[in-house]
Amino acid sequence: MSDTIVQIQALTKVYEGKQRVTALDGVDLEVKQGEIFGLLGPNGAGKTTTIGICTTRTLPTSGQVKIAGIDVVGHPAQARRLIGVVPQYNTLDRSLTIFENIYFHCRYFGFSHALAKARSEELLEQFLLSERSKALPSQLSGGLAQRVQIARAIAHRPTVLFLDEPSAGLDPQSRIAMWTAVQGLRKDGITVVLTTHYMEEADELSDRVAVVDHGKLLALGTPQELKDAYGAQTIIHLKLRQAEGGEAVAQEMRQLKGVENAEVTGEGLRVFAGNVDGLLPAIIQTSSRLGLRDISITEPSLETVFIHLTGRDLRE
Amino acid sequence: MSNVPRPAGLAIQKPRFFRAFYGLFLRDLRVLSRELGPFILRVGMQPLLFLFVFTFIMPRMAGGNPMAAGAGPAFGTVLLPGLMAVAIMFSGIAGVALPLSTEFGITREIDDRVMCPVPVWAVALEKVCFSALQSIVAALIVIPMAIWIPANPVYPDFHNWPLLVLVLVMSSLLAGAMGLAIGSTVNPKQIGLVFSIVVVPITFLGCVYYPWAYLQKIRWLQIAVLFNPIVYMSEGLRAAVTPGVNHMPVWAILLALSVFLVLLGRWGVKGFLKRVIS
Repeated sequence: MSDTIVQIQALTKVYEGKQRVTALDGVDLEVKQGEIFGLLGPNGAGKTTTIGICTTRTLPTSGQVKIAGIDVVGHPAQARRLIGVVPQYNTLDRSLTIFENIYFHCRYFGFSHALAKARSEELLEQFLLSERSKALPSQLSGGLAQRVQIARAIAHRPTVLFLDEPSAGLDPQSRIAMWTAVQGLRKDGITVVLTTHYMEEADELSDRVAVVDHGKLLALGTPQELKDAYGAQTIIHLKLRQAEGGEAVAQEMRQLKGVENAEVTGEGLRVFAGNVDGLLPAIIQTSSRLGLRDISITEPSLETVFIHLTGRDLRE
Repeated sequence: MSNVPRPAGLAIQKPRFFRAFYGLFLRDLRVLSRELGPFILRVGMQPLLFLFVFTFIMPRMAGGNPMAAGAGPAFGTVLLPGLMAVAIMFSGIAGVALPLSTEFGITREIDDRVMCPVPVWAVALEKVCFSALQSIVAALIVIPMAIWIPANPVYPDFHNWPLLVLVLVMSSLLAGAMGLAIGSTVNPKQIGLVFSIVVVPITFLGCVYYPWAYLQKIRWLQIAVLFNPIVYMSEGLRAAVTPGVNHMPVWAILLALSVFLVLLGRWGVKGFLKRVIS
């Protein structure tokens, strides 16, 4: 229990209005110290509301969130010392330079002039932003602005960093740079909670993921656990020189431990496996009788898990 | 909330609060320092032109000009505190309402400051205090103008310094509170409209260009304007800067300024909280 840093208990949020919207419907979650935690869900699933409550910007209808034991509703100002936030949009202070954005952020958190200056310079260097320190936010590309936002969010050395859709609108290069930056935070011992609907991102970055939809928690575990639990399979494509006898080999494959199915294709065989650990030599051996000339593997993806859990319906 | 047991470490909250507040203040000071020229122009242009036209040009026109005659040679004296009040008011609106309308708008720039380790109302309070500082500067700029520009120089009579400081500070805070109330209640897209339908009317009917006492022949208006906070700014400055001109009793002015400050401050902070916490 002691290593739980974010504790979400029976969290609900109902937006009253012309249309009553239940954004969160009893969510329980625990994020452990030092992990990168992904919160997945389609648009409108309740991800941003969850982050909003954890970061003191949204008041829950019921339930409780504790950050390092501090209740965010009861003591928001104290909780804010422990959290860093990178919101979905670019909220950099447009009237200040990049350096000043970080510098004043430090001042808000009580740093002295000298400390704030040193910390800002250190972060600009760490995030490869030193050259742009005098630029205004309006002169930055989306990827750079995102990096500044991350640098600013961790400037006061928070325990947990919340990233809401960190790669929305970024080009692939910026996205990879952002991933590297987030992975780098782990070295500093910062716990990261990120929301995303890019499955690749969640898979790449997260130690554990939670899938939410319609305000409810649908699944929780490591990406691998989810793939295993929800039947996402590795597909092994085998190209064979000899087509005859394929069915017999497929039959043999099905007997192998870990193989869930095998079928004959025009070029050879397609094998579906739950877990490929130690399976490949046996597959190669079995198929070499028919002249194996090529083998390719499609790893299971969270995408299939996600679609399995949340369905194919379009969201607003 | 007072029933909740306070976690350890709350005892050292106080210096943290002031440091965060100071940080916010420094930020605003930095932004203002970048725009010092535009700031001076913004606060100085209106009183400059007003004094130039009504106290320099008009008196030089032949006696046939009814406006100059109506205003009389003492018009400059009537005008000085009034223009100070207008400067304070506009500064409050420009210093809080306008920036807030962009910060609450698409950029949501206020977010990082709202995430300060202080209660959210303190962020709103800092806005009001910083705007008050701007308002005081704006009001003080009017004084040398009133001495140098008019054909008949106007010399303020500063015999009651404590009253001047008190009225200046209260009026400036009130203007900031009004800016906060407007900035956090009005849809950013309609902020221009608010200028035309709220700010301009309350200025013209704020006993800026005439002392409140002179309205006695239009009794209904004299009573109606009592709901206008600008009236007390003008009258308060009149009492402090040009005590020779008719003005309301000081106790009434201070009482009204306090009441409006509390009302608009509460309204503004509530609106601000509503905007940033959902």
